Amino acid sequence: MGWIGSIIPLDNLGHYLHWHFILISVSNLIVIGLMIVTFVAALLLPFPGRSRRKENQ
Amino acid sequence: MSTTEIDRQWTTRLRRRAAGKLPPEKLLPDTQPAYVSSWIYVFGVTTLAALVVVIVSGCILALEGPQWWHSSNIGHFVNSTHLWSVEIFFFAMIVHLWGKFFMGAWRGGRTLTWMTGCVTFFASILAGFTGYVSQTNFDSQWISTQSKDGINATGGGSFFNVLNLGQMLMWHIVILPIAAIALTGMHVLLVRIKGVVPPFEKDTEIAR
Ligand code: HEM
Repeated sequence: MGWIGSIIPLDNLGHYLHWHFILISVSNLIVIGLMIVTFVAALLLPFPGRSRRKENQ
Repeated sequence: MSTTEIDRQWTTRLRRRAAGKLPPEKLLPDTQPAYVSSWIYVFGVTTLAALVVVIVSGCILALEGPQWWHSSNIGHFVNSTHLWSVEIFFFAMIVHLWGKFFMGAWRGGRTLTWMTGCVTFFASILAGFTGYVSQTNFDSQWISTQSKDGINATGGGSFFNVLNLGQMLMWHIVILPIAAIALTGMHVLLVRIKGVVPPFEKDTEIAR
């Protein structure tokens, strides 16, 4: 797993974004972003088998 | 025993009620309405699957104990499996929650489904929190000393002492898992009893 450390610096302090009273770590912000991307993708991506079932209706 | 006596037995009454509310073909259906074929409906089951991995990996950790998970390779692996399945659990649960929120999935008498979801969410946050403060490292020391003031300010500190490692570990491995599993069971049974909520357009069609 050593290769992960060569791409992402893991030995220093966490990075934080600070804007007025909002303080959030970059890692948490990335996770929130990924959740939003997943949510939008779940709505937009076609579900396998959907068209087949429509024909049967 | 006369028939009326049998009718009055609690076993008879409970069986009839359960079978009436949740007949086997509703509990384990073979088809779903067409509108369920969308990725957004997958996240409840994803959450459920992640929860199973959380529980199984947690049980293995409990069987072997801290010396094992802190020092052996397999121990590290199961410890990481436990953490990362929790990450997937929360990730999927949030996407699930957003989906149900924008669908207004509490419609049509599904209030209890929504509410059991909310309470499960709260119980899971507590489970995550007690897990973090049970790590016996600098992280858990930091988290517990930071949070104690907040919790004590609410008065909760009188029965929930975040600096008490034994208590936090017991909450994490006994009380909260029981709560999460029971609530999730209720939640899923309620979904089966009510059936999947129809989309908004369908709902108005039915109402018309
Ligand atoms: C341990 C966490 C949870 C698990 C395992 C879980 C599991 C599920 C499953 C398997 C379903 C049916 C399939 C689906 O539509 O995705 C479902 C439906 C539902 N969930 Fe959850 N859920 C959890 C948390 C939540 C939370 C936090 C909320 C919102 C506060 C929520 C609200 C709902 C609602 C309203 C439905 C009914 C949807 C309908 O009738 O179509 N759930 N859940």
